[in-house]
Amino acid sequence: MIIDLNHFLEEERPIWQELEALLNRLDTGIGTRLDLHEVERFHYLYHRSSSDLAKVATFASEPDLLTYLEQLVARAYGEIHENHDRRVRFTPARWFFRTWPRTFRKHLSAFWLSLAVTMMGALLGAGAVAFDSEAKEIILPFDHLLGTPSERVAQEEQAKIDRLSGGKGSFSGYLMTHNIRVSLMTFSMGLTWGLGTIISLFYNGAILGAVCLDYIRDGQIVFLAGWLLPHGVIEIPAILLSGQGGFILASALIGRGNSQSLKERLRSSWGDLTTLLGGMGIMLVWAGLIEAYFSQYHEPVLPYSLKIAFGLFELLVLVVFLGFSGRKGDDSPTEL
Amino acid sequence: MRTSSFQTQQVITPEGVSFSLILATPLSRFIAWVIDFAAIAAMATCVSSLLAILKIVSTDLHQALGLVAYFTISIVYGIWFEWNWRGQTIGKRLLRLRVVDEHGLPLQINQVIIRNLLRCVDMLPSFYLLGGISCLLSKKVQRLGDYAANTLVIRTPPPQEIDFSQAMSGQFNSFLQHPHLAARLRKTVTPAAARISLQALLRRNDLTPSARLGLFKSLADYFQQEIEFPEEVTQGLTPEQYVRNVVDIVYHQRAKLGDGKRAAHEHQRRTS
Repeated sequence: MIIDLNHFLEEERPIWQELEALLNRLDTGIGTRLDLHEVERFHYLYHRSSSDLAKVATFASEPDLLTYLEQLVARAYGEIHENHDRRVRFTPARWFFRTWPRTFRKHLSAFWLSLAVTMMGALLGAGAVAFDSEAKEIILPFDHLLGTPSERVAQEEQAKIDRLSGGKGSFSGYLMTHNIRVSLMTFSMGLTWGLGTIISLFYNGAILGAVCLDYIRDGQIVFLAGWLLPHGVIEIPAILLSGQGGFILASALIGRGNSQSLKERLRSSWGDLTTLLGGMGIMLVWAGLIEAYFSQYHEPVLPYSLKIAFGLFELLVLVVFLGFSGRKGDDSPTEL
Repeated sequence: MRTSSFQTQQVITPEGVSFSLILATPLSRFIAWVIDFAAIAAMATCVSSLLAILKIVSTDLHQALGLVAYFTISIVYGIWFEWNWRGQTIGKRLLRLRVVDEHGLPLQINQVIIRNLLRCVDMLPSFYLLGGISCLLSKKVQRLGDYAANTLVIRTPPPQEIDFSQAMSGQFNSFLQHPHLAARLRKTVTPAAARISLQALLRRNDLTPSARLGLFKSLADYFQQEIEFPEEVTQGLTPEQYVRNVVDIVYHQRAKLGDGKRAAHEHQRRTS
């Protein structure tokens, strides 16, 4: 059968134009909603145009017409299966107190792996500084950490002026954006089957280990704890969370022991990944504020005991929150 | 029959209808990104100007908020636009590109977030080199973020007006003087042969003179073998006119048998 194109066009073009106008309306108006009659009409127009496409593809020979109908049907197909209006009730409080900690616990093994890699890096960093005097300069990328710890402590404690005066806000902003960027990179490196995530976590661990050992060896444990704990107990777990995300992504790519297809595995990980990354962002904003406005002040301005107590309190809250918040009904699947 | 310089992705709907999505080229995607980059810079400048009022209170606060605003805009820009503009950003809309799910479905919010956050890997080491290489190597022209989020960037060219006037020129068709032969021709001609003939007529101006002559000669010979019209109606017809008469009969339903008598009568009237 060969269709009469002129007659076919004459008869069907109004249908296509009506569908196109409806699609344009939906496309340009954010939040445009159709009433029941329009939805029924839209459904009819989509089916009629799909049928026309099938006819043209089988019986006619007009590439422009075929392309036009394919685009029209593709757009309508997308709209028919539109999910913008499928109301996902996103309640920030519910997400914060229930979804996020439950997602964290759901992938606890990835978090432990993240922690283990960081610890290995820390051991290597500490070992390198302990056994090689030149290692410190290679491992530590920050100039202010290259001198001896006791010199720095003396300098900080004797400072008469607030060196961050008038710059705490921008310093805080820099810390937030920089740390989020680094964490996003650690997560994204999960695409390299987790190898990049391992390298990133290991390197962060190595810096942390080298700094800690340097201060401990110099007898500045109290200063170190007072300086690092207030922001570090949030910042370091946030980076571990991004590593957790990276390992979830890597696990979806590798798919060991999972019978789902690659696409299905990736699809099922999206929700959990966005939740973990959202949580990571909140933690790093908090850590940035604390580091700029609290951590940089030492005795005699702020007693170390207060800073250490505050840091330990934060850690306790974090552990309780991630470990126990939203535990009721923990067996049911994670929802957005 | 369809020739295209673009890669396509075939989608089959649950209703069994098949259509193809035209995949965007890496170059068009890059241009869209440059436009988006300029848009982000412009937005950040506007926000920074608005925040300048905070200088009265504190220069530090102004700098801090400016820094955070730029970072937030650069992260949220793609997510907000692609979610609210159904897969399009400013750059993509200008270049008629759109992000869709691999199955032609609209995007889910998680897909939008993942593909945008994974940009930082695609941008490595600079200027989207890794993402660009991934696009070039991928059959579906996907960067790494698209791969993880199961998304495609497609082209949505504007609908073209369809012009059949070149093929159906409305000229006198001598074959219609023999309605029974015309009817037999309609029945005999295969869709493939009809398709080739129609395309040959629509694209005849794109051919070199020798190719044009050769193509229509071959087609006319083929149709002559299929149905032999009397010499009186084929006499003086060029192969191209011959093929046009065939296409007219095959595609133009109203010019079939019933109209054949009228056509013969009209021919008589014209010649007299």
